[in-house]
Amino acid sequence: MAYSDKVIDHYNNPRNVGQMDKTSDEVGTGLVGAPECGDVMRLQIRVNPETQVIEDAKFKTFGCGSAIASSSLATEWVKGKTVAEALTITNTDIVKELALPPVKIHCSVLAEDAIRAAIGDWKKKNNVAETATATAAAH
Amino acid sequence: MSNDMSDNGMIVTESATPLPAGVHLPIYMDNHATTPLDPRILEAMMPYFGAKFGNAASRNHSFGWEAEQAVDKAREQIAKLIGATSKEIIFTSGATESNNLALKGIAEMYRERGNHIITQVTEHKAILDTCKKLEKQGFRVTYLPVQADGLIDLEDLKRAMDDKTILVSIMYANNEIGVIQPIAEIGKLCHEKGVIFHTDAVQAVGKVPVNVIADNIDVLSLSGHKIYGPKGVGALYVRRRNPRVQISEQVNGGGHERGMRSGTLNVPGIVGLGAACEICSNEMEAEAKREMELRDYLRAKFEKALDYIHVNGNMEHHLPGNLNMSFVHVEGESLLMGINDIAVSSGSACTSATLEPSYVLKALGLGDDVAHSSIRFGLGRFNTKAEVDYVSDKVIDVVSKLRELSPLYEMVKEGIDLTKIEWAAH
Repeated sequence: MAYSDKVIDHYNNPRNVGQMDKTSDEVGTGLVGAPECGDVMRLQIRVNPETQVIEDAKFKTFGCGSAIASSSLATEWVKGKTVAEALTITNTDIVKELALPPVKIHCSVLAEDAIRAAIGDWKKKNNVAETATATAAAH
Repeated sequence: MSNDMSDNGMIVTESATPLPAGVHLPIYMDNHATTPLDPRILEAMMPYFGAKFGNAASRNHSFGWEAEQAVDKAREQIAKLIGATSKEIIFTSGATESNNLALKGIAEMYRERGNHIITQVTEHKAILDTCKKLEKQGFRVTYLPVQADGLIDLEDLKRAMDDKTILVSIMYANNEIGVIQPIAEIGKLCHEKGVIFHTDAVQAVGKVPVNVIADNIDVLSLSGHKIYGPKGVGALYVRRRNPRVQISEQVNGGGHERGMRSGTLNVPGIVGLGAACEICSNEMEAEAKREMELRDYLRAKFEKALDYIHVNGNMEHHLPGNLNMSFVHVEGESLLMGINDIAVSSGSACTSATLEPSYVLKALGLGDDVAHSSIRFGLGRFNTKAEVDYVSDKVIDVVSKLRELSPLYEMVKEGIDLTKIEWAAH
């Protein structure tokens, strides 16, 4: 398997590894994937309640190098964006950035799911209405 | 640390600290996949790529006689290693062909007698895919299950045999988990019922004492490149007495190898295979002891440093150099990526072309998540203790780092039961 330099970089130097207090109202937690599939990602965001800006993000992933890189990249990208902006991130953006081969595209899909799941969780806690883009759900 | 591409395309990370004496990167610890060619064997083969180029079937001149003599010597070297006679050794292009020849050749020859074949679920694909082909041709195949430790249950075999059974094929030792089946008992049962017993002994020959008489074996496949010999050559042992086994030729064209396998013999390859067997005959006992000690040392280091690990496969009936270990809550491909200067293999789906986890591990009843975190270490003749130390230290380090990244490990350490979670799989 030939990994791109960026995948290797995220693997050796993963960004934003860790956990947040999932009971806090400011935190949205997305847990996607399944151990049997070999891919589990947990992505957490802390959202500023007034500005809806994602001020911090943390992740942990059980999965291959491409899965780790996809979720690490996802935390980098969502930080500083508003919730609405973060929902525009698609798996194809991740595939392009990391130069993922076809057999690893599903890792990027899971990362996109994780972002949406985290945002969905935060919205539910804060009674924020779902918009049309947010309901682009299961693949 | 800087990353360079080495000549063979593997990414080699420059170590921050100097390597211990005798350790050269990358380290090869995947000896079940293939083995390096022993320099002594290369030396034995070379004349047959040079001046001694004759065709072993050329009856009328010294070039042919010279080649034939070399081939005869190899037959004896191979026969000696497995307790057979040289007339019972047929040369092929490798164990895959030997397995095909055994199964198809016997099925065809004994079709009048019956159409039932018994094998088991953890066989190599060379057996399983050949059985699938035979099923399409109207044969009935029973695939015996294995127990959690990888061994078949002899009672299952007994029950499966009926009056149409013509062949049982059970591998001597498994390539993934190293487990050794109760071969002598299986052979005894087959002889009692008048059923031919074939064994794919590729991983066992030269590593443990295989004897076709003591082990009650009628037909046996072996391969050159698993025992430090060349690729592209193998052999099939076909018993001539008690009982005499006949095999229908699958490669036609001149009737070589007693009418069982036509084609000009790969003389240099055969010389290499013979030399490989002779070296094993001489060195097997001491080497098995050395490998087993190294393997047990490797296992002990892991067990001391890490929690949530376990060994796959019965360790009592086991190849000396094999260790198949699951590092739970860490995915196999991500582990291999972190130890990219060490050559081993994984049962993880991500490392296979089909994204399916190892069927051998699944047959043991392991969950997919555990199959995904398995690594196969295959120690061999050229591995040293210094290498084992480097590998164990590196694996422990990478597993620890990946566990810091693992949500599953975190949850398990917090006391959460992962089996109770409803996963949102996509």
